[in-house]
Amino acid sequence: MQGILLHGEDREVTGRRVQKNDVIFLSVLFLLVLAAAGFFFLLPRQAGARVEVTVNGEVYGIYELDTEQEIPIVSEGRTTNLLVISQGRADMTEADCPDKLCVHQRAISKNNETIVCLPNRVVVRVTGSEESGLDSVAK
Amino acid sequence: MRNKVAYLGVFLALALVCSYVESLIPFCFGIPGVKLGLTNLVVVFLLYCAGTREALAVQTARIVLAGFLFGNLFSILYSLAGGLLSFLVMWLVRRAGRFGVLPVSVCGGLAHNVGQILVAMFVVESYQLIYYLPVLLVAGAVTGLLIGAAAQEMILRLGGRLR
Repeated sequence: MQGILLHGEDREVTGRRVQKNDVIFLSVLFLLVLAAAGFFFLLPRQAGARVEVTVNGEVYGIYELDTEQEIPIVSEGRTTNLLVISQGRADMTEADCPDKLCVHQRAISKNNETIVCLPNRVVVRVTGSEESGLDSVAK
Repeated sequence: MRNKVAYLGVFLALALVCSYVESLIPFCFGIPGVKLGLTNLVVVFLLYCAGTREALAVQTARIVLAGFLFGNLFSILYSLAGGLLSFLVMWLVRRAGRFGVLPVSVCGGLAHNVGQILVAMFVVESYQLIYYLPVLLVAGAVTGLLIGAAAQEMILRLGGRLR
C-alpha cells in the first residue's frame, strides 16, 4: 500500500482539500451542465394533444389527451400497466413490476414528456397536434 | 494491507447497507433514476485507499448482490451500465493526476446517469429518453459533489488506518 494520494498519482496530500485545478475543472463542468439544463427548461413547451404508447418499440396506440379515459396496456397476455388520462394529463397508475418507478412519476401533459416502464418496455410519450420542436429538428 | 479479503468483505457489506438505506429514502423528484448514490462513497474511498482492482471488485459485487437482494434482473443491468461506466470515468480522471476527489466523484456521478439512460434507451428502443438527460446530468453533478466531499473527509480521516 502506498500513501494516500488525494490528487492523482503524483501529488501527496498537502492538507488542502480543493486545489486550483479542481475549481477550474468543476466550474467549467457545472457551467456546461447548467447550460444543458437551461436549454431543457427554456425550450418552449407547448401542451401536447395526444399520447403515443409504445411497447417493445412498436406503437401500441395513440390516445387523445382531452378525453377522459383509462387504458389498460396488455402485452404477452397480461395487463402490465394502467394508463389514466384525466384533465388533459396522462398518468401511469398501476404497474405489475416490483419497483413502480413509472407509477411514482408525475403525470405528463407537455410535448415530448415521457413515462417509461423499463421492465415492461412500455413508453408513453406526449406528442403535439403537429410535429414540432425537437422532432422537426431531428428530421 | 493485511487480511485484504476480510477488509474488502467488510467494505462490500458497508456498500450493501448503503444500497439498502438508499432504497428506504423516498428520494423521488418525479423523474426515475435520480438518487443520492450513497454506495459511491464506499467505491471512491476504496479507489483511493485500497486500489483500483479492489474498488472495481467491490463495485461489481455490490451491484450484482444488491440487484438480487432489493431489485430484479433489470435493475442489475441498469446499475451495471451506470456503475461500470462511472467507475471507468472516475479511474481515468484520477489517473490524469491533476484532479482531486471532488472532480473524480462529480465525473462519476455524471457518467453513472449517462450509462443508465443509454441502457434505458436501448431496452425500450425509444431515443426520446435523451430528453431527460439534462435533468439527470444536473442531478448527477450535485449528488457527485456531495458524495465527493463526504468521501474526501473519509479518505483523509480513515484512509491511513487501512495500511
